[in-house]
Amino acid sequence: MTSLHLFRRKAVNAVMLTVTGLCTLFATGTLVFILGYLFIHGGTSLSWDFFTKLPTPVGETGGGMANAIVGSAKLLLIAMLVGVPIGFLGGVYLAEFGGTTFSFIVRYTTDLLNGVPSIVIGIFAYTLIVLPQKHFSTMAGGLALGLMMIPIAVRSAEVFLRAVPVSLREGAVALGASKSKAILTVVIPAAKGGIITGIMLDLARVAGETAPLLFTSFSNRFWSPGWEQPTAALPVMIFTYAIAPYEDWHRQAWSAGFVLLTLVLAVNVIAHLILSKSKHVAR
Amino acid sequence: MAASSTTITSAGPSRPARSFFQRLRGGDEAAYLITFAAAASILLVTALLVFELYTNSALSRAKFGWSFFVTQTWDPVAGQYGALPFIYGTLVTSALALLIGVPLGVGAAIFLAELAPRAISDGLTFLIELLAAVPSVIYGLLGVFVLIPILRTLEPAIRAVLGWTPLFRGAFYGVSLFSAGVVLAVMIIPFIISISREVILAVPGDQREAALALGATRWESTWDVVVPYARKGIAGSIFLALARALGETMAVTMVIGNDPKIKASLLAPGYSIAAVIANEFTEATGQLYTSALIELGLVLFALTIVINAVARLLVAGTGDRNA
Repeated sequence: MTSLHLFRRKAVNAVMLTVTGLCTLFATGTLVFILGYLFIHGGTSLSWDFFTKLPTPVGETGGGMANAIVGSAKLLLIAMLVGVPIGFLGGVYLAEFGGTTFSFIVRYTTDLLNGVPSIVIGIFAYTLIVLPQKHFSTMAGGLALGLMMIPIAVRSAEVFLRAVPVSLREGAVALGASKSKAILTVVIPAAKGGIITGIMLDLARVAGETAPLLFTSFSNRFWSPGWEQPTAALPVMIFTYAIAPYEDWHRQAWSAGFVLLTLVLAVNVIAHLILSKSKHVAR
Repeated sequence: MAASSTTITSAGPSRPARSFFQRLRGGDEAAYLITFAAAASILLVTALLVFELYTNSALSRAKFGWSFFVTQTWDPVAGQYGALPFIYGTLVTSALALLIGVPLGVGAAIFLAELAPRAISDGLTFLIELLAAVPSVIYGLLGVFVLIPILRTLEPAIRAVLGWTPLFRGAFYGVSLFSAGVVLAVMIIPFIISISREVILAVPGDQREAALALGATRWESTWDVVVPYARKGIAGSIFLALARALGETMAVTMVIGNDPKIKASLLAPGYSIAAVIANEFTEATGQLYTSALIELGLVLFALTIVINAVARLLVAGTGDRNA
């Protein structure tokens, strides 16, 4: 009787352990599959034209997405100008001057802002810029992406500044530096690597965002001069090309997906390598 | 060089109490004010976000009131806007995603935290976390060209097993609530795994040792002792994943079928809140149409805020207990 009971318990043990292993296998398998499929499918359909040419008119094969690549770069530039100063300085406040109810509220709001669906951020940027101006623009798209960058920029700045040992601050203050001087010349330089890595990850995240761009920067089949015109962007191109009924557009959607994913994953892998090397990080 | 002479006079012999502006030039106050302004601007931006969503949906809120949430008709031509089909689609696809994603995600988290050697676990977790970095439009691309063909070939098998329920009847065109649920499941699994693994790893080692010392098998110690200890954090990870699923736009838009009707079958095309905003916002003519879409945005915002807030409390709760 007892041996049967023990046998059953051991069997349950073996079965359940295997099941959890299979779950892991499935999750990692998905990644391998996604990467493999995109690299084979997207990699083979990639050509130089993709980087150098404009989209061709509907029905004509060939062409590329040069304007979308430049468009994405311009959007990210604005996003950085909006998101990084607010995020970084906000992070400095939380790490160096915080500790009050106000900091708690800021931290909580930042978390909530991080959870706002990207499409809602798109509506927000639309009501702020597109609605009063009555036209889509690179500016509006960049603002939407910039707003999305703020929460992670705040968090990474705060985390890496806090990771700087207290002894460094004390040393600076003992040498007669004021608090702001200590922060500026000792604490921030010590946390610089981590903060920059955090911003890189943040940029990689918004680089793939599509939803907030649909009705802010819209799309464009030509070059978009300046900052006040609608512009093409890589993720939006993937979306429009994938749902269009043309075979050649699908091929180009795969190419664009390949380029975008390679960039995003490269940044993530590099960031991981940098962070796991730095000893300040607890993770 | 008049400017330089004025600077010299103002920097003359110091008075007993330095004025506010002099202290500003000392740096500390300036640094405080600048960083404070940045932190405060985050609050302002969030408040402005709520304000804009609220005021810009005024037209629709005034016209439809609460009936907006229970009306099934979405007819831009007739000027009739009801949110029910989208709320239904959003909830059904998210529920489906949790149904598939939670067992797989928690199972994998248990394996990675409790069973796999630390080095292998860290490596695999990094790979899985990379999945979370894949842009949603790429999940959509794979959904359209890879998942839907796979589901089409699996369709007879799915029907054979589940066809007796009304949920799996009717024509299957590929794009459907079911496809959207599966794509969402794949997208939320990495979140569940990485957060759940973290909270399971945070369970004190003596809990495991005590269970094992009492003669529990590895699985019994995990399932009866470790998992209950970490349950709040695991629940938190599930809520975070749910918030993601509710607000996910591109991948869902590409595979859900974009049909604003409520049908019992999961194999039928449907629509979600985020998807209808993505598809119709730019072509919305007339203020009422735009206003109705913005009200949908407000609904989505409220939904995700509430769920995120619950999730944060749950995850933070586990942290306190472990501290």
